Formats: sequence, structure tokens, C-alpha cells
Amino acid sequence: MEEKTVKPGLFEKGGRLGWLHSTWDAFDTFLRVPSTVTSKGAHVRDSLDIKRVMILVVIALVPAALFGMWNVGYQHHLAVGDLPGFWNQFLWGLVKVLPLYIVSYLVGLGIEFTSAQIKGEEVNEGYLVTGFLIPLIVPVDVPLWMLAIAVAFAVIFGKEVFGGTGMNFLNPALLSRAFLFFSYPSQMSGSMVWIKPRIGADAITGATPLSYMGDGMQALSDNGFTFWNMFAGTIPGSVGETSVIAILLGACILLWTGVASWKVMVSSVAGALLVGWIGNLCGATDIPAYYQLVMGGFAFGTVFMATDPVTSAQTETGKWIYGFLVGALCVTVRLFNPGYAEGMMLAILLMNTFAPLIDHCVTSSATKRRAKKVSLV
Amino acid sequence: MWAITEISSNTIIIMSNIIDLKKGLDIPISGEAALEAKGTVVPDIVAVKPTDFKGFTPRLLVKEGDRVLAGSPVLADKRNPDIILTSPVSGTVQEVVRGDKRKLLAILVKTDTVSEAVDFGSGIPSDAEGVKALLLRSGLWPSIVQRPYGTIADPASTPKSIFISTFSTAPLSADTEFVFKDDIEAIQDAVTSLAKIAKVVVCVKEGGKLFAKLENAKVFTIRGKKHPAGNVGVQISHIDPIKKGETVWTVSPVALAAFGRLLRTGKLSLARKVAVTGPAAIAPAYVEALPGTPVKAFKAFYDNTTEELRFVGGDVLTGENLGEEGFLGFFDNQLTLLREGRERELLGWAKPFRFNQFSTSKAYFSWLLPKKKYKMDTNTHGGVRAFVCSDVYGKVLPMDIFPVYLIKACLAGDIDKMEQFGIYEVLPEDLALCEFVDPSKNDIQAIISDGIDLMIKEMA
Repeated sequence: MEEKTVKPGLFEKGGRLGWLHSTWDAFDTFLRVPSTVTSKGAHVRDSLDIKRVMILVVIALVPAALFGMWNVGYQHHLAVGDLPGFWNQFLWGLVKVLPLYIVSYLVGLGIEFTSAQIKGEEVNEGYLVTGFLIPLIVPVDVPLWMLAIAVAFAVIFGKEVFGGTGMNFLNPALLSRAFLFFSYPSQMSGSMVWIKPRIGADAITGATPLSYMGDGMQALSDNGFTFWNMFAGTIPGSVGETSVIAILLGACILLWTGVASWKVMVSSVAGALLVGWIGNLCGATDIPAYYQLVMGGFAFGTVFMATDPVTSAQTETGKWIYGFLVGALCVTVRLFNPGYAEGMMLAILLMNTFAPLIDHCVTSSATKRRAKKVSLV
Repeated sequence: MWAITEISSNTIIIMSNIIDLKKGLDIPISGEAALEAKGTVVPDIVAVKPTDFKGFTPRLLVKEGDRVLAGSPVLADKRNPDIILTSPVSGTVQEVVRGDKRKLLAILVKTDTVSEAVDFGSGIPSDAEGVKALLLRSGLWPSIVQRPYGTIADPASTPKSIFISTFSTAPLSADTEFVFKDDIEAIQDAVTSLAKIAKVVVCVKEGGKLFAKLENAKVFTIRGKKHPAGNVGVQISHIDPIKKGETVWTVSPVALAAFGRLLRTGKLSLARKVAVTGPAAIAPAYVEALPGTPVKAFKAFYDNTTEELRFVGGDVLTGENLGEEGFLGFFDNQLTLLREGRERELLGWAKPFRFNQFSTSKAYFSWLLPKKKYKMDTNTHGGVRAFVCSDVYGKVLPMDIFPVYLIKACLAGDIDKMEQFGIYEVLPEDLALCEFVDPSKNDIQAIISDGIDLMIKEMA
């Protein structure tokens, strides 16, 4: 009698290309919803999955990315003193930013796929967001090899060693920026890194408003920074961080869909305003507190980084504390460390580290509260 | 409403007997049973399933070919031989069904045309011992569930209270006001009897009339109609929270009605109105049936010639996947029929609109259609991931616990943390909605269940 055996598919375990199973699965489920049905517990499930959550964050980032690309071209042409039309500015920026995206995704996704393959698991979608964030928070001129190393460091040591998306305690995108900042400080700070100069062009000042943090209001306005151009974003800075308008558009998407926590955003703004105001009162700076919200990476960090659901506090009370401290620490650094005035990156990374402690306090007090609950009968 | 409920030694204790529950979710699934009884399902065979009861290790009391009456013992618990399961019908033992490692799965009884029953004697026993003895003898004892852990109650112990939730908010669940309208006197007798063991707490829904007048019990009104307001675990955590070392018993209205009928007639009668529901049910309605009725006896309600169906005993959140060859469980008064969702939707997660899919999240647009009922199927709609979102779970759980922390403690098998995060207060069913909304598609109920099993093992 002929015995029929079902051969494993090409990419299934045991198939000829079975070792590429995770990769195949990632592309396959990217295109079509998997056919898996519930086996235990609830027989029906909500249609929301992590792919959808992640793609929403990417969509929310698109306005900031598009504006950033235009602004890169605009700042460059402004600096060299010859302003072409809008589309030419945008294209110039696109050409500058696109390689950053290619490197970010190639390196990051490469590591994600490899590690999923090694572990024999499905590929996590987390890097879709991280990979989109990284080019937006680095200077546009960063050498691509540096970016590649930073991405690799962030993904491997920030995420994969802990078990992948959902297990990491530091925001991987910020970790890559921190890696760049501490490893290659000359390419990451000072006033020369934020605008792509043309070789042979005259000296260009591309300082961000934060460079004048220590000099106060007068220095800001002398260098052409007003609240409104900082709000609109037509100033030098990282690709995605300059336009508060574009960031607010993203914030609306994140808040409406519930992907990001409004508690973190509100409390971060409150923390920044409070410390900024105290700074005014005690004479540390004459820059009004609300300026802090539109300068540097504060808005971008508050909306897209601090709210990362994995690395922020997990409890609802904890989110209030965590967000408040992010904002407060950021402005504290700005006020008291004019040498490196961009406090947002370190404020968030520091609070990422403390988020589990905040949660521990919140859950412990809840446990004590529950122990005291009285019976009503 | 505030009421002075207790006056003792110059102390006035004022308590509210209304519990407000705001969090929760009603899953808009189609196939609600029409409020009409479509006759009685008379099966050839009825199964007694020891697997319906947590903590029951079966020992056979009958062999194939034995005659049994409704109320005759068929299985006893190995650890406590006083706890027995009895046959719901009279007939002949046809088969003892065993699974892997000879695990006893069911005893099949071929039913007589006219059912005869053991006479246990009618009337309410005079004391707690009498009530316990009657429950044990009749095989109704296993319907008393003990918390923590959801095992069969220990007859030697006395709980701090006995909870009865008189309504269910689970998706498409049977309407208790309709189902028990003829049983209310029997239920009153059962409550009166149970009150001899410990104080009885009855939770009724706001606006409900049938159960609000129950006496010999403390009645609480649950305000808030969203699931899981009807879950007895949620009610306990608000009214009489369970701390380490304490036990609370719970009894379902189905079991209560059977006990009440036993008290009034002296005979075991487990028949109940079963809501046949779900998107794949044809003309969903109620039928009268016994526990252990074969799924195939409900053939009039489904057609699986063209598509694969799932037969769920109970509701879609917590019910058991019975299979077409399976039998209704002891506690089930609902059968839910669903389509297996095995087809693969192209670009599902990336489509801006998916009007035929429900999501609580505003990431989709089902919030635009608040009245729509969805023909849900069993597709998971995504792959399993680590926990990413942190705030979706608490929104559907009206309890003062941190669901993700509890789940992770169970995953880690950390007894101290499980205690700290409230393992004593929950059963898997209480976190069923967390499982439904979980974008990471984890089997949360299974995780909690494993955690509870570990607690039972370690704390024994």
C-alpha cells in the first residue's frame, strides 16, 4: 500500500529552507493575517495586534519626518544663501535623510531577523518604530557607519539581550543616540553638526536654540529664534525634532488611538513648565518656561519617546510620576548644564531606568491598600 | 441608597449595598438567543464529566452495564470519598471514556424513556450538617466552588461567606430573569438552606426584579452592566475581599435551582434552560436540556456541512471547546456556536478600515458603529508577542489589581509576587476580558490557571 506522507513546505520546519522559517513567516504574516485560531481561553479576540499598534506610531511620525526632510533642505539652502523652490528643498533633504533610513532599517531589521531566526520565534514588529525614530533624532550629517554601529549597539544590547521588544527597559532609539553622543561627541554636538554644509561654502552657523540656553533671552532673539519659528520648526536641529506643529499632529494620532499615554505627555509638560518657572523665579534663566516646550527635543521626546509603553512606567499612577520627572529633569539639565543643554535624551533614559522602581512603589502601596480593605458584610 | 444594616453595642455601621462598577466591556457578538423556549432536547446518551470540576480525582463507582437512577452515585473523589458525582438521568452505564494515560474523561449513560430518580426526601434540613449531607449525597456538592483557586469546596471547612451572582454579563449569556422565572421559590429554599452554613451574599443587577426579594441573604445591587460586573469574583473583591487563609464559596444560579428543586421534591433534577447562541447559530433560542447532553442533540441549531464550526459550552470568553462529539458541561446553561476563522485576510492589519472586525481600540474604526453586532470567529488576528501595551488590560477589569503584574508573576512562578498581586482574588474567568483585548495575543487565562495550579501545589 502506498503511504502518503505530507512533506513539510519549503519554509516549514523540516523543509529545505526551514532555517529561514522566521523570515518567511515575517513576510507572510506581513501580507496576510495568520490563520491561527484560538486554542485556549477566550475563543474570540480583538482585532488589534502589535503590527497595528506599531504601524500607527509610524504613521504618527510621518508628519515630523516629512517636515524634517524639508527643513534639512531649507536650512542648508538658507545657510548657503540661495533658496530654491519648495520641492527642491524637500528633495535635497530627502536625499540626505533617505540613506539614514536605509542604514537604520537594514542594520536594525537585519539583527531582528537574525535573532528571531536563532531563537526560532516570530519577528517582532518593534523595530518598525525604532528604525523610523532613529534617523529623526540624529544630526543629518552623521556618518553612516557611525549610525550603523549605533543601531547595532542599541538593538543588540538595548533590546535583544533582554529578550526582544517588550522585554527591554531602555528605549532603543534613544540608546542609539546616546551611544553616538558618548562615542563620537565631536560629530554629535556643537554648532556645526545640524546643517549639512557645502564644501567650500562660507562659515555657517547652525546652532540650535539650546546653544544659547546659558546666554538667555537676548541671545536667543539676537540669533533669530522666536517662539513661533521654534514652534513651526524652521530652525536647525535633529531631523524630526524641530517642528512642534508636526509633532502635535503625531500626538493627536497617538492620543486618539490610545497607543500613547496622555498621562505621560501631560505630566511631562507639567514637569517642564514647573521647573522652567522655578528657574525664572530664582533667576537661573530669563527664558520663559513655555519656551522650554518648543526648544530642542522636548516635544519630540515627550510625544514619541517618553510614551514608549514598554520602557515607561506600567502603572497608571506611575505614569504621572514618570512623565513629570522626565519633563522636570529635562529642563533641570537645560538650566544647569549649558555645556550640553539637550537634557531630553538623558532625562528619558534615566527615567526609563527608574520606571520599574516607580512601578514597584505604586504596586507595593496598592498591595498595602488591598490588605486593609474591609468586608462590607 | 444607604442603609443602616447593623446595630450592635452602640455602634452604627452604615454601609452601602450598591456596588458601582464602571470598567468593563460588552463584546458585541451576534447571535443572542430569543427569549423563547423551543421545547426540550431529549438525548439518547448523557455524559457525566469529572473534568468539569477542578480538584476532583475520579474513582469509578459503576461499571459498564450497571443500571443507575437520576441521583445514583457514579464517581467519587479519591481524596475525599464523601464527594460524589451522580447520574442526572436514569439508564444504563454504556461506556467509560478514557483519554491519554487512561485519564477518566466521561461516563456515558444510556437514558431510559421514563426517568426514575432516587428519593432523597424533601424539606429544608434543620442544620448546617444536614444541608451539607444532602448536598453530598445528591451529588450537588461539587457545584459549590471554593475561592481562592476555584476548586470543589471542602465539606469540612466553613467559608466566611457564600456568594451568589444572580446575573451574568458574559457575551450572549442566558438571561437569568427569563431562565429562572419558574424556579425562584426553589432558589429561595436553596438560599435559606445555604444560609445555615455561612452568611449568603446575593448580587443582583440594577433594575432586576426576580432575585432582589431573596431572603435570608444579604442582597447587593451591582450598578454597571458591562461585563464582568456579573462575575462573582469581581463582586467578591468589592464586597468581601479574600485574603490569605480565607475562603469564600460560590454557587451558580443553575446549581442553586437544582438544589432548590431537590429540597422541594426530594429528587435530583438538573434540567435547565440552555441558551443556544452565537454567530453560527440558526435561530438562536432557549431549549431545556440536561448537563452532559451531546452537542449533536442541538443539531437543529447549526449547519456545519459547508464550514467548520466550534462548539463552545458556555460563553465565548470562558467556555470549553466541546467539539461536535462533545457533551454539555455540568455548569453550562449556554452553548455558543462559532465559525473557525482559518482563512487569511490579505493585509488585514494594514487596512485602514475593517468594518467587519471589532476592536475596542480606536486603532480601528468600529467605534463609529457602536450598535453593530459582529459575526466573530475564532481567528486570533495576530501572532503572539511579549506584553507591549500596559493600559489596555486595566480598563476591562473592575478590580483593584494589576493584571499584567499578576500575569507575569504567574509566568515566572513567583509565589510571593502572585500573592502580592492578588492571586487569591481571581480565577481565570475574571481575566478573560484582558485576554480578549490583549494585542499581544497571549493566552492569559491559561497562564493564570497554571499559576493557580502552582499555588495549590506549593501551598498544600
